[in-house]
Amino acid sequence: MAVLRTFLYLLVYPGLVFLFVYSTFCEWFDRKVYARLQNRMGPTHTGRFGLLQPVADFLKLLAKEDIVPERADKTLFSLLPIFGIAIVGAAGLLLPVWNFDLAVPGPTSFPGDLIVILYLLSLPTLIFFLAGWASTNFFSIIGGTRVLTMLFGYEVPLFLAVLSPAVLAGSWRLAEIAAFYQARPLLVLPNLLGFVVALIGVQAKLERTPFDIPHAETEIVGGTFTEYSGKKLALFRLMIDIEMVVSAGLLATVFLGGFPGGALLGFLSFVVKTLFVIFLLTLIRAMTSRIRVDQVVLFAWKYLAPLAVVQLLAVILIKGLRS
Amino acid sequence: MKFEIPIGPQHPALKEPISLRMTVEGEVIRDVDIRLGYNHRGLEKLAEEKTWVQNIYLVERICGICSHSHATCYVQAVEKLMELAPPRRGLYIRYLVSELERVHSHLLWLGVAGHEAGFDSFFMYTWRDREVVMDLLEMISGNRVHYAINAIGGVRRDLDDAQRQKILDGVTVLRKRSEYYFHIGANEPSFVGRLAGVGRLTKERAVALCAVGPTARASAVARDVRKEDPYAVYDEIDFDLCTAETCDVLGRTVVRIKELMESYKIIEFIVRNIPAGEIAVRAPRKAKPNEAVSRYEAPRGENIHYIKSNGSDKPERLKVRAPTLANYPATVEMLRNGFIADIPLIFAAIDPCICCAERSVELLDARSGEARTVRMSDLRRLAAARRRDVGLKGKAEWPF
Repeated sequence: MAVLRTFLYLLVYPGLVFLFVYSTFCEWFDRKVYARLQNRMGPTHTGRFGLLQPVADFLKLLAKEDIVPERADKTLFSLLPIFGIAIVGAAGLLLPVWNFDLAVPGPTSFPGDLIVILYLLSLPTLIFFLAGWASTNFFSIIGGTRVLTMLFGYEVPLFLAVLSPAVLAGSWRLAEIAAFYQARPLLVLPNLLGFVVALIGVQAKLERTPFDIPHAETEIVGGTFTEYSGKKLALFRLMIDIEMVVSAGLLATVFLGGFPGGALLGFLSFVVKTLFVIFLLTLIRAMTSRIRVDQVVLFAWKYLAPLAVVQLLAVILIKGLRS
Repeated sequence: MKFEIPIGPQHPALKEPISLRMTVEGEVIRDVDIRLGYNHRGLEKLAEEKTWVQNIYLVERICGICSHSHATCYVQAVEKLMELAPPRRGLYIRYLVSELERVHSHLLWLGVAGHEAGFDSFFMYTWRDREVVMDLLEMISGNRVHYAINAIGGVRRDLDDAQRQKILDGVTVLRKRSEYYFHIGANEPSFVGRLAGVGRLTKERAVALCAVGPTARASAVARDVRKEDPYAVYDEIDFDLCTAETCDVLGRTVVRIKELMESYKIIEFIVRNIPAGEIAVRAPRKAKPNEAVSRYEAPRGENIHYIKSNGSDKPERLKVRAPTLANYPATVEMLRNGFIADIPLIFAAIDPCICCAERSVELLDARSGEARTVRMSDLRRLAAARRRDVGLKGKAEWPF
């Protein structure tokens, strides 16, 4: 019975099937909002309000011809999308929506899971770099190096910003951080600066405008994904969608007070809060133009990192005042 | 590490085939090689086999965006050859369409620039508003792209009062929107940060490399055929020559938005002051042996047509110098020592129209790698020779 439950947990809820359904819904939401902001309709025809469009895109890509370049590292090239899905899926299990019991630190909710989820969310970047490198295409290699260059810019501010609420809450466990802010809602406010920094960091991590530099189509065609097609590209796209959901969930847990109210209400507030974060991400995407990779690093170290440090100092000050 | 990356002949940043070979070091471009000739259509040769009137509709198809520029430039030259003076009402309508075309071309370019800079919202907005001017053009001429409004000695269609009112209404809408774009172009930090300082071309180099149009004007070179050599109605119209001092892509954007404003002014003047009378005079079928050169300020810069007539009803020679061709040397200068990320922006900033500029073909020998430039006539001779060598079927050999 325990084995069956574990399988259901991994494959159905909150595992792959749920993540697939919810992340495609979030992609639809992102596309629809983006389109309406640009005075377009967005997906309309597939399913009601075009809700099934991302699923249709996914299935269609699965059916397309799958080409592996002659000179590519074939094993690595083929395994990377699967690794990517596995990593972001595992990160999704750590969110305190499905493991909200504070008293029992289980296998997916334990002191230090904040660090693990940040670590798991860093890995996709490495996957993208390796994917670009393994393709042995000039455009892919340039895309891959851009991925890494950007990583050095946004990663430190993002970590600092996400860790400062944890410092205030005095815990490294996501469920406990969320519970801390649920008990003291006013303390969410001092973290707003960190929320903005983290939002920009997540935008960069997800490689969305203004940080869509590694796959800037007008410069380097598909960038990292130039050589990917068919099933592998479909998996990569799904991976990015899931990454978006997990990152939004992480921000909602840490900065917006988590998902209180047990299984059902908690799930509803998960949906509302992640959609809110995704809405903000889409807003940034619609309002900006792509910047250059050197400008990203400059921007991250000149503005984001100092702001994150200021946030951390403020949090330490508040913690000192409270005790 | 130095390596060569190919941009084109097929590339998402390029709407038409051209090959830019970049020698890059990391993200920095060290050298550029432009290769043309992927889109040669032999239009000049074709023009020698068609009559004066048929050629209006042929040269119009040189370009899909500045179609009226080529047709007008051609018609101006033919009218010089035939010593015709078109009636003033006809001229006013002809240059009204010119200015509307400039508006549509610049709005299109703004959208493309937004897209190349990764600012898709800007792209969607400008192209939505471009529909306003497209509808006006369709109302005037019956067509959205190839207006075919020109005739030798005037224009084909007249303008009535209701249409004039609609044009004024459309221009009011467009002016308001363009002011908004000017605001975005000057204030949105990521957009300005992306365009400022990119693709520098100093005033001296712009003059030395014979840059034309907004590319030259953004480097503070006050060069505009409408001002320097006012043709037809332009000496009667009050408008300003727009320049910028920044010498970069931002300057080129600003110049184009300012030109939009000037075009609105010109359109309103023309619509309000259009004289009454005939719209065309009757043109003879043949032209006396002579030569004529016609200059025209297309949205992209100075367009030149040279025509030689031999007394028949067909031109003996038609030579087209499209503005894009004049801007290629300056583009190489702008790209050098820039970033890879800026290639599409810099290249798009000259508003390239590749099929306008293609006049010869370069062949690359697949076996020896030797390159040579050939003309249409040589190609035809080669093809004929090949057909003789190869039998009726089956003996064809793939050269690779």
